[in-house]
Amino acid sequence: MPKYDSWKEMPIAGVIDKPATAREYNTGTWRIMRPIVNKDACINCMQCWLYCPDMAIEGKVKEDGKTEMIGFDYNYCKGCGTCAKVCPVNAIEMKPETEFLK
Amino acid sequence: MPTKLAITGAAAVAHAMRQINPDVVAAYPITPQTPIVEYFAQFVADGAVDTVMVPVESEHSAMSAVVGSAAAGARTMTATAANGLALMFEIVYIAASMRLPIVMPIVNRALSGPINIHGDHSDAYAVRDAGWIQLFAENSQEAYDMTIIATKLAEREEVLTPAMINLDGFITSHGVEGVEILDDEAVKNFVGLWEPKYPLLDIDNPITHGPLDLFDYYFEHHRQQQEGLKNAYKALPEVFAEYEKISGRKYDFLDLYRMDDAEYVMVVLNSAASTAKYVVDELREKGIKAGLVKPWVFTPFPKKEILSALDGRKAVVVLDRAMSFGKEAPLYSLIKSALYEAKEKPMIGSYVYGLGGRDVTPSMLHIPFEEAIKGELDPNDERYLGLKE
Repeated sequence: MPKYDSWKEMPIAGVIDKPATAREYNTGTWRIMRPIVNKDACINCMQCWLYCPDMAIEGKVKEDGKTEMIGFDYNYCKGCGTCAKVCPVNAIEMKPETEFLK
Repeated sequence: MPTKLAITGAAAVAHAMRQINPDVVAAYPITPQTPIVEYFAQFVADGAVDTVMVPVESEHSAMSAVVGSAAAGARTMTATAANGLALMFEIVYIAASMRLPIVMPIVNRALSGPINIHGDHSDAYAVRDAGWIQLFAENSQEAYDMTIIATKLAEREEVLTPAMINLDGFITSHGVEGVEILDDEAVKNFVGLWEPKYPLLDIDNPITHGPLDLFDYYFEHHRQQQEGLKNAYKALPEVFAEYEKISGRKYDFLDLYRMDDAEYVMVVLNSAASTAKYVVDELREKGIKAGLVKPWVFTPFPKKEILSALDGRKAVVVLDRAMSFGKEAPLYSLIKSALYEAKEKPMIGSYVYGLGGRDVTPSMLHIPFEEAIKGELDPNDERYLGLKE
């Protein structure tokens, strides 16, 4: 569902009045632990990308054909910690969301 | 010309449904609602309506089918009673939160057990927070009228809330009375065409009904439902006035009987109000200023009207045909809450009567008035009429 700021403006009954709005739906709000990557330690092996059960790891293939881990898409990261667990160099740390509360 | 027929309340409701001519009726017969859907199935078989009749295997399926049908954009109705309503319960909430203007007569009876199939309001009270409009009919005529009124009200764009019409099991559903049936054309014009805002069958504008709605928007959608019921409260006088134009029968939030100068007031829903009116007349003959308030509209609860009807009276006795175990009786607690803002609070008393179809007699209804006149009411004492003490 698209983002709405007030009950007055959204369609009644949760009706989704246009197709393909699922990509606008952020599921990362469930997260209680936030992964933080230490780029100095990261060896860009992309194990985290491979094991992430969602699409929360952002990476790219560089011009020289090597991969690079960029960071996390927190709109989709649910904080499961799989990435931190599989990281062979312990470059990812899980921090409680309370540290980031406004 | 309207026709006067000697028919049961069930037949009267079925006639209203015939004249409304809904697109779909899905129903499962349950005592004492059964004759409504039997009469209606006969109308379908005879070609008197264009309705698609869906016989289902349970009330849970009946409510599920009407939700699907109404979401598709069809004008949809069903009917049920007591345990049938209980089996529908889960989908009853969903129908309201999906804002589908389904109209459903409820033939009120006891939610067993021990096993009982007779008149009682425990079914209506059980769904009082489900988000449906709830109208109450004293007799067959009112049940017929309310079915037509509910259709018009539920489908208003600012309302879009399903509606129940409550009539007493067996007493109203099976008792034969004179009922004035309007012309088919008059009812057809009154209810008009329903133009659904989000019909699933509009394939040019694909939409999703009933998606996942978690903590991000669920709260907002419930706030919208509250607005729908507030709008129903605002729209009701207008719909009643329009109905009066075609029928000559005047409805309001409250049926006020001999209330102009009443000092001792009884509040009661549905068919027992007829007996209460008789008792009020008897008391008036003796010079006692008795009166009756019968809510026609229970949800949205007409708190302001209740307050203005009861503020400054000497005593108010509230009768409930169901208990709320461990708490005050449902109608009584609402009336008591409305009176919090009264300038001159009347004495109040709570009486439970007629559970499981127990007879309600005039002598029984004299008791609350007598206790009120003697000043013997206690707001914290729930009393019982006709109980084997």
